[in-house]
Amino acid sequence: MLLEVMDLYKSFGGVVATNHVSLEVNAGEIHAVIGPNGAGKTTLVSQLAGELKPDGGSVQLNGRRITRLPSYRRAQLGMARSFQISSVVNNLSVIENVMLAVQARTGHSFRFIKDAMRCTDLVDSSHKSLQRVGLSDRAESPASDLSHGEHRQLEIAMATATNPKLLLLDEPMAGMGVEESGRMVEILNSIRGGPGILLIEHDMDAVFALADRISVLVNGAVIACDVPDNIRNNPEVKTAYLGDD
Amino acid sequence: MKDSLRRLSLNGWVMLVSIVLLALAPTITTWMDDPFLLDLIMRMVILSIAAVSLNLILGYGGMISFGHAAYIGIGAYSVGIPAYYEIHSGLFQLGVTVVVCALFAFITGYICLRTKGVYFIMITLAFAQMIFFALVSIEEYGGDDGLVIYQRSTFEFGPDLGSDISLYYTCVVVLTLALLIVHKIVNSRFGLVIRGSAGNDARLMSLGIPTFRYRLVCYVIAGVICGVAGWLLGNFTNFISPEMMDWTRSGELIFMVVLGGAGSLFGPVLGAVAYLTIEEVLSGITIYWQLPFGILLVLVVLFGKGGLTGLIAKIGRGDK
Amino acid sequence: MDGGLFLIQLLNGIQLGVLLFLVAAGLTLVFGIMDFVNLAHGALYMVGAFFCAWLTLNYDSFLLALIISVPAVFIVGYALELLVIRHLYHRDHLDQVLATFGMILIFDTLAHLIWGPAGLTFTLPDAVNGHVSLFGLTDFPVYRLLIIAAGLLVALGLYLVIGRTRVGMLVRAGASNRVMVGALGVDVAKLFRYVFAAGAMLAGMAGMIIAPITEARIGMGNDILIIAFVVIIIGGIGSIRGAFIASLIVGLIDTMGRSFLDDLLKLIISNQAAETSAPAISAMLVYILMAAILYFRPQGLFPPKVR
Ligand SMILES: Nc1ncnc2c1ncn2[C@@H]1O[C@H](COP(=O)(O)OP(=O)(O)OP(=O)(O)O)[C@@H](O)[C@H]1O
Ligand SMILES: [Mg+2]
Repeated sequence: MLLEVMDLYKSFGGVVATNHVSLEVNAGEIHAVIGPNGAGKTTLVSQLAGELKPDGGSVQLNGRRITRLPSYRRAQLGMARSFQISSVVNNLSVIENVMLAVQARTGHSFRFIKDAMRCTDLVDSSHKSLQRVGLSDRAESPASDLSHGEHRQLEIAMATATNPKLLLLDEPMAGMGVEESGRMVEILNSIRGGPGILLIEHDMDAVFALADRISVLVNGAVIACDVPDNIRNNPEVKTAYLGDD
Repeated sequence: MKDSLRRLSLNGWVMLVSIVLLALAPTITTWMDDPFLLDLIMRMVILSIAAVSLNLILGYGGMISFGHAAYIGIGAYSVGIPAYYEIHSGLFQLGVTVVVCALFAFITGYICLRTKGVYFIMITLAFAQMIFFALVSIEEYGGDDGLVIYQRSTFEFGPDLGSDISLYYTCVVVLTLALLIVHKIVNSRFGLVIRGSAGNDARLMSLGIPTFRYRLVCYVIAGVICGVAGWLLGNFTNFISPEMMDWTRSGELIFMVVLGGAGSLFGPVLGAVAYLTIEEVLSGITIYWQLPFGILLVLVVLFGKGGLTGLIAKIGRGDK
Repeated sequence: MDGGLFLIQLLNGIQLGVLLFLVAAGLTLVFGIMDFVNLAHGALYMVGAFFCAWLTLNYDSFLLALIISVPAVFIVGYALELLVIRHLYHRDHLDQVLATFGMILIFDTLAHLIWGPAGLTFTLPDAVNGHVSLFGLTDFPVYRLLIIAAGLLVALGLYLVIGRTRVGMLVRAGASNRVMVGALGVDVAKLFRYVFAAGAMLAGMAGMIIAPITEARIGMGNDILIIAFVVIIIGGIGSIRGAFIASLIVGLIDTMGRSFLDDLLKLIISNQAAETSAPAISAMLVYILMAAILYFRPQGLFPPKVR
């Protein structure tokens, strides 16, 4: 098992944001987590990525306990995330953003002399990542010039460029138009089978198109976890989340 | 790619012209029979080195250090204190400069760099002040009044710093080296991490880059370069005093970097030249020159939209 | 080590502590609430000292000078906020540093212009210029005891205002969460202006009460500003309680270090080595303390609860 979350618990003052959550992601699997606004999805991802400390419970990656590791250590162990609110390095160019991700994977950052742009390995594999998400032609633009949708694509390019074993994607389609969302589904489909993916998403079409399994999070707790067809027909989920349509 | 090539060639031009001017400066000032002008230019070159080193951490790395003058002081005292004990070997003094600056930067950086924003500014300031007060309180080395250096650093092979002209050329060479080093660093993989962490440190961490150690190394490099500037300054003035590392000196260095354009290679040099020119002109007019200067500083920050940095960028882009 | 000297230095340390607290109190609130770097805070300390000295010399009454100077510095602080500071709150730290650095130059040069380069000295009125005996051990200046009393009184007052009143509640809330204070429907801009002016007044008061002992001198504010920085770093930015405790710690350590460190060192190293190194080490003592505290608690001793 790639990722195993056991009995994770987190509260902010009175608000229980993560209520004894247990879930798993298998290698190569796309496991979607859905839930209404404020259900605790982002909080869950932040704890998995090591940016928030859980109050209780444990997280294992490939059988190794990582509950107490800082975020960069988890990333080094093969975890990558994208952010619900795009978080890229705005003062750098698009390609440089991805180069940082590649550098993080290859771990050769104490190189002071050689121009990074002349490191063919680095630049080539960065271009490959950009190509995968369709941003090749924007490689030289400052990241701050990208549109919202392009920012999301860059996020994915950075996350995949680290060549992760596990991808945590927090609403990669947030704020995208139909066309852009379609493109994102394609992108995610193209990397399917590689890293395990924990996909947080509100866009139900995308979720049902992509997910191998779906967990439903309500008020911080997982109320159901099953294959898409069963989730679609689960009466509890219907009332709690999907509504009656 | 094309764009960066064009920028590079512009930089190349600026460099070429400056090098020619700098190389000819002693000849010109001798011809004009104005030795004081060479003094001023030498001071500009030395402070440029300091500003270039500050720019590495402040401009590129986003670390607003308010204690950079401490390294000037350490460098200068690395000339003065050995000279006091009749040790004039330039290599030894330079060695002391590098080692002490690196150690001081490493220890204080280790503590400062775990903090952010306002904390970082204040802590760097406090540490610099610590060195300042320590030197003020050591009577042996002149305390407040400082020490006269009766003999400049000597080298067995190399320049004879006793002559102002060769000291001047040494300064120019060091400045060129400093620019080259900073240029190399910021464009390297290491520099990518530094610039990236200035923009979005948390994102780099989540990519798996432990930025702290890179920032620390960068902080140490900047400190050492500035220390060498201090070593030159000590030789140049033949005199050292704690005043060289007064915190207002650190403020001036920041001002130079920002004035010239933080995060651009030659900006700090321009800034240092501009600052010393302003100082020279204003202080020739009135002993209260800091008053108009202070007002200028406040007004430019207030009304140059987005501060000085923004103003420079606007002028640089050529819009109004 | 004799008991009398120890007692004197203890009191001197406390006196420095309360002085630091007066300067640090306003500073820590402005930092905490506004996330604003104010290098010019020390200038207000200097302005207080000069006002007080100048008035005393002109009207021959220290008391009258105090009564006029306190509101005067408040007004200076108020005007400063209105004219310059409020435009800087939303700027980045670099702009704040540069602008307030420019303001120091302005204040220092103005003082030079108005009061001359030498500074102003004056003597205390006879009524407070004597000594009292402390437990028969030693004599101690009455005036320094008064400084301690005044400082502690102000600290108590501040504690009550911040802890017990609505304004204080807003200030505390502002230090930890400024967005929320705005959401409470408070005129945040006005609150900040008064907090700033009050902080200026406290710093000015510190300058006034120390002026008879030291003198009113250009640059005096810059020296104390940096120790005040150390105080609020140790205490935790935004915390009045932290500022108070850290002020006393810093005041005591600095004073005691300067007078007793050489004796202590002599126990471990040679007399001569102790005598040369003690002054330097004691000058560095509070900074070393700061470094040690930051190493273990990067947010200081009493960090604001939520950010
Ligand atoms: N730092 C915080 N402090 C206090 N409460 C928080 C904090 N972060 C999140 N919360 C609360 O925890 C709950 C879960 O928030 P979270 O952002 O994880 O929800 P989400 O499922 O990601 O929502 P959305 O679909 O809107 O992104 C919410 O009630 C939120 O208000
Ligand atoms: Mg969310």
